[in-house]
Amino acid sequence: MAEELEIKELDQVVVRFSGDSGDGMQLAGNIFSTVSATVGNGISTFPDYPADIRAPQGSLTGVSGFQVHIGAGKVYTPGDQCDVLVAMNAAALKTQLKYAKPQATIIIDTDSFGPKDLEKAQFATPDYLGELHVDPDRVIQCPLTTMVKACLAESGMDNKAILKCRNMFALGLVCWLFNRDLNLVANFLREKFAKKPAIAENNIKVVQAGYDYGHNTHSSVPATYRIESKTKVPGRYMDITGNKATAYGLIAAAEKAGLHLFLGSYPITPATDILHELSKHKSCGVITVQCEDEISGCASAIGASFAGALAATSTSGPGVCLKSEAMNLAVIDELPLVIVDVQRGCPSTGPPTKSEQTDLLQALFGRNGESPMPVIAALSPTDCFDAAYEAAKIALEHLTPVILLTDAFIANGSAAWKLPTMEGLKAIKPHYVTPEMKGHYTPYFRDEETKVRYWAIPGQEGYTHILGGLEKDGKTGAISTDPENHDHMCRLRAEKVAKIPVPDLQVLGDKDDADLLIVGFGSTYGHLVSAMQELQAKGYKVAQAQFKYVNPLPKNTAEVLSKYKKVVIAEQNLGQLATWLRANVDGLVPYQFNQVKGQPFVVAELVKAFEDILKK
Amino acid sequence: MSEYTFQDYKKGQPRWCPGCGDHFFLASLHKAMAEVGVAPHNMAVISGIGCSSRLPYYVNTYAMQTIHGRAAAIATGAKVANPDLCIWQVSGDGDGLAIGGNHFIHAMRRNIDLNMILLNNRIYGLTKGQYSPTSPRGFVSKSSPYGTVEDPFRPAELCFGARGHFFARSVATDAAETQDILKAAYQHKGAAVCEILQNCVIFNDGCHESVYTKEGRKKNAIYVRHGEKLVFGENNEFGLVQEGFGLKVVKIGENGYTLDDVLVHDAHCEDNTLQLKLAMMSNENGFPIALGVIRDVDAPTYDESVHVQLDEVSKQKKYHNFAELLETNDIWEVK
Repeated sequence: MAEELEIKELDQVVVRFSGDSGDGMQLAGNIFSTVSATVGNGISTFPDYPADIRAPQGSLTGVSGFQVHIGAGKVYTPGDQCDVLVAMNAAALKTQLKYAKPQATIIIDTDSFGPKDLEKAQFATPDYLGELHVDPDRVIQCPLTTMVKACLAESGMDNKAILKCRNMFALGLVCWLFNRDLNLVANFLREKFAKKPAIAENNIKVVQAGYDYGHNTHSSVPATYRIESKTKVPGRYMDITGNKATAYGLIAAAEKAGLHLFLGSYPITPATDILHELSKHKSCGVITVQCEDEISGCASAIGASFAGALAATSTSGPGVCLKSEAMNLAVIDELPLVIVDVQRGCPSTGPPTKSEQTDLLQALFGRNGESPMPVIAALSPTDCFDAAYEAAKIALEHLTPVILLTDAFIANGSAAWKLPTMEGLKAIKPHYVTPEMKGHYTPYFRDEETKVRYWAIPGQEGYTHILGGLEKDGKTGAISTDPENHDHMCRLRAEKVAKIPVPDLQVLGDKDDADLLIVGFGSTYGHLVSAMQELQAKGYKVAQAQFKYVNPLPKNTAEVLSKYKKVVIAEQNLGQLATWLRANVDGLVPYQFNQVKGQPFVVAELVKAFEDILKK
Repeated sequence: MSEYTFQDYKKGQPRWCPGCGDHFFLASLHKAMAEVGVAPHNMAVISGIGCSSRLPYYVNTYAMQTIHGRAAAIATGAKVANPDLCIWQVSGDGDGLAIGGNHFIHAMRRNIDLNMILLNNRIYGLTKGQYSPTSPRGFVSKSSPYGTVEDPFRPAELCFGARGHFFARSVATDAAETQDILKAAYQHKGAAVCEILQNCVIFNDGCHESVYTKEGRKKNAIYVRHGEKLVFGENNEFGLVQEGFGLKVVKIGENGYTLDDVLVHDAHCEDNTLQLKLAMMSNENGFPIALGVIRDVDAPTYDESVHVQLDEVSKQKKYHNFAELLETNDIWEVK
């Protein structure tokens, strides 16, 4: 029986690692996705962790998950439901089963299903599989803790340290299931624990033990799987999360513009990793200040911008509320500034570790007065790099604050990223003063065409000037209370932002004859494209358009949205993009698909909803 | 000798009320700027909101008049990003200690090299007469018609509590002393708070009356000078001595007290206990008001430390640009 094991070729597979917050599921998932990407698979990951600081061990609220989607070709989302669920304890099995396909393979650590574990996970009977209606044939029931202890008995490690290696055993098992090369795992671990070689070797030993266990006992599963890489784009790649990509985009932009990067920030989930990442890279000239509050994060960045840096502030929705007065100072001062809003569950503190797109209208309108501000929404973890780079480029070339919207889903999720080169990135030319202006420079003198003012950096002789929150005379730069001047300045600031050139909206799919156009913005890109592809596979004519540039809107917006019989706007809020588009496109009457669950869209649900619209 | 005169730093026509203490202070600031000799284009004046925060409009340097309370935070970013700039951060008592209190204390704690001017008239003037966080208990104003029921901040106490390393005080009308403390603040590397006692002729006239004139200061103030005896009075006939846990005013030559008993001011003493005692003296408690540089202690500044760390890390790390940074990651090649 064992020798007859079948190896199935799959196009794609979703694996979900789950366990206690302290079980190291994120690391196991990360290694699995990196190793898969290394062999050329498409990857997309989604960490799903609890908001509890540290829920009691083994409890239902303390379960942390990490989902990895790997594919032979490109994958756009972390996947709806998983094909393999790793549940390190009873609570994980109970809470995570809903993310598994009905026929999914489940790996459990039977040592973590004792009476106390079952009680903590609120099982009524010892028959936990029966209680959850799980077919035992689908379950690899492994005494994982016992095996790890046996494996490391001679290692000299204490019990606590040994138990921390359980995740590596689970990883080994999954690697066996998917025919992953353990050498790649070993390389990763040796790199990660470069300073602690003993730990690296012990972990590698446990991974091997997990792999061997799978190999020796595989009668309990019907097949192992192989995912070949089909659509390789040659090049050099790394795995990157959205937050890291955002940080990298800002670093690259500062270097391209020849400026220091300054980040003023206050810790806030899920944006803090941007601060963490940037604070590491002082050798690239990056300055980070962990401020006393959100206001100071933005205010210090404005000061740094005034002093001549590429300035940014990173936060999430509640932080944007606090920063908004200072953001408006950057609007009236016309200073370059990037405000990164990693959206999360809201209002107020909301479900802070979950993901939503509910800050769109706040980004567009959440300030006093006429306060035009460009808004860019990143499409995916890797697109965070391009979006952050673009945001910085617009800020510096058009002397304006720019809001970059990402969200918890793409900020924490990761994907394989083809490395850019500095030469390949667009030039960034800050709109500096010219030598001819020396001696008679006024801060609100503008380029006639673009309406962009000129940037003079303190330290330059002959350009001293004052900026401020009070309305200024457009010609002299002096305080002005003249009604005509104020009206004029409001219009100029709006015109300046409206004139920023942005790329046209791209239409994917049946762009000429679609019966339905699926529209979204930002991070839902992957799910909406996947839904479109599934509908096409069912024989429908559908197209998809995703807004990355929300303000100003692409020039062809009205043309695209008016072209199709039916338009559905799908977003993770109650209709904010729909509101914005209806205000900007005459006669647009879209269908809407809205969810605010804090979880990514489920492609199957999208397909069903769009199918219903198509049938209407 | 500076190559600049105060005229080089003057700009515009101030719009404050006639007699406002801000006029006096501005003139002293122009003169102090000329004396320290930093070129106008290497200076920045950054303020918040309020009467006194209009000041940057009257200075021919780089300048920002920002939003209420945030001047210290904005100045922090400017100084850290560009440490070569000489920054004067100007706030009033409402701007600096109420809405901007958080930024004020953290600028102190971090020790950003800023010259922080606190123009204290114990009232909100621009909004036409509400009590401020430095108004005394029982103060009657438009927003406290029956008197306030709260105690005020003492700026010095807040500064010391936030681990400040420089605190000086002057009266706006006392041009010579004001210029001296401004120059001392410029010389001091780190957050240097200058409290300027300033009259509001419209909404809080007479708030610093006892020391507002030269004659008044002779009786009611003491000029503290590092390394010198703490004596005061028209003929320096009074002195400060330590008694128990506090200070005491004595008449030299009476009750057995001689000049030898009088304390010598030590602005450089790390321990701020006696400096705080000096700063907290008030006429109400039978003490003279201390003017001059009360505390001036060297300490590492945040902005300099940031750049020292940038250099140190740059030496340790093998990557110094974006392309090199990319190479620090786990990279694989797809052929």
